[in-house]
Amino acid sequence: MTNTEVLIHELVEKHGKTRNALMPVLQGVVSREKFLSEEAMIAVARELSLSAADVYGTASFYTFLDTKPRGKNIVRVCKTISCHMQGKEQIIKAIENHLKIKVGETSHDNKFTLLTANCLGWCHKGPVMLINDEVFPSVTPDKVVAIIEEFSKKTI
Amino acid sequence: MEQKPLKKIDIIFGWDDNCTPIQVVEKSVKKTPESIILDMIDSGLKGRGGAGFPTGLKWKFARNEEADAKYVVCNADEGEPGTFKDREILDRVPEKIFAGMTICAFVVGATEGYIYIRGEYNFMLKTLQQKIDLFNQQLHELKIDFQIFLRSGSGAYVCGEESALFESMEGKRGEPRNKPPYPTVSGYNGKPTVINNVETLVYTSEICRMGPEEFKALGTHDSRGSKVFSVSGDTPIAGIYELELGMPLKDFVDEFGDGDTKAIQVGGASGHCVPRKKFNDTIIGFEGIPTGGSMMIFNSSRSMYNVLHDYLEFFTEESCGQCTPCRIGCQQLLKGIEAVKKGERPPTYLDDLKRLTATMKIAAKCGLGQSVANPFTSIVDNFREEIIY
Repeated sequence: MTNTEVLIHELVEKHGKTRNALMPVLQGVVSREKFLSEEAMIAVARELSLSAADVYGTASFYTFLDTKPRGKNIVRVCKTISCHMQGKEQIIKAIENHLKIKVGETSHDNKFTLLTANCLGWCHKGPVMLINDEVFPSVTPDKVVAIIEEFSKKTI
Repeated sequence: MEQKPLKKIDIIFGWDDNCTPIQVVEKSVKKTPESIILDMIDSGLKGRGGAGFPTGLKWKFARNEEADAKYVVCNADEGEPGTFKDREILDRVPEKIFAGMTICAFVVGATEGYIYIRGEYNFMLKTLQQKIDLFNQQLHELKIDFQIFLRSGSGAYVCGEESALFESMEGKRGEPRNKPPYPTVSGYNGKPTVINNVETLVYTSEICRMGPEEFKALGTHDSRGSKVFSVSGDTPIAGIYELELGMPLKDFVDEFGDGDTKAIQVGGASGHCVPRKKFNDTIIGFEGIPTGGSMMIFNSSRSMYNVLHDYLEFFTEESCGQCTPCRIGCQQLLKGIEAVKKGERPPTYLDDLKRLTATMKIAAKCGLGQSVANPFTSIVDNFREEIIY
């Protein structure tokens, strides 16, 4: 069994072998691998006795269940109105310049994927950024670059 | 119209050491379910997620259903732009939510409860799970047959729509179901389900603690009690405030505005935009403009075209795509205002677009598509020249 298959097997053991367990299982895979590969979705389908099309159908609906390859860290900058008013453009630009990528792309060292997100629920402390599950409210262009550098050092 | 002056309240985040949430549960399960339902109806509590359905009735409908299983679901999929109150409640007083869920379960006869929290709040999952485990343990010790489980979303605004949320919990695409049947008849797993917003559940446990009278004394005839507001935008004091319902918008602007407020978006992207000239005669409450709590303040430096553009972009991306009026409607509205702005379409095209939103209001399957008309017409009607020029 590959590492992914082992992980999926463990997740199914934990959450149960029913369709109701599909979201937690997919979330568990994404939490470790950052995206759902075709292989992973087929393995999940097999473990839960679903069709692979059903698994893909569910996965492709959710923004946080990526089916395209992603870097080891996913950076999401909120782009909705309050953060827009508080300067998300400068934040995105600072990250783009620092990582030499555009929104939607992954850095060459595969350490970061930069994405935008709809309202992250920190409108009083914008602009806000998520890296993986961690939240960084009230960021500035200087701060985001420093935070990304921190993550870069931590990521092998 | 009946109105109340702006008044800060401290019910949601207040803490009574002599009557903690678990003690409220202990006290409540000694009453009869019927008397708790009567208290809820008497209090006048309406859902705080935005739709405003009377909570006591919802519980009564679920109680009256015959089924081998029933569920209580806490809707913590807070996704409306400008809303962040539920995150604060989940962070600061989660035990009050658990207590509300337990009392609801006792009333309707449920043994399982779920909290569905948006994926954007994953950072709080670990602490929340620890607090749930502790509470479940306390319930076990009190021999109360109810357990709470935590489920998380994966970044889909539409899953805040109750039937889409059930679909998501069942491992499917978060596409809203046809209604009826309503959740109290057929919800999670097709079983009778009470689904309440985070804040509503806290008020239910608070009403059990202090009695319906104290709650009812606040607010107006149609909008009893208080409500937590998420204040953002052009304000020097952005944040979370619990306020008595029924205040004129003018009071709100005087308290939170920066002195140059030109409009307030009440109720988030799916809510209504109120311009300065209407501040005096707009009441915040179910008799005026209701809100799930989002209050976004815009001063005169802001372009309302940009605001509307942001909202339409939001809806275009978050529309689940299941029904045509919403999927195509949102795209056309966005393209439409861009075309008017560029001069590719005449200003009168805005009236065609308004007719499109009227169609969406009737034909869209769920609240998402139906409510796009609110921001669209209120912004276009009040700031037409900003959209055109």
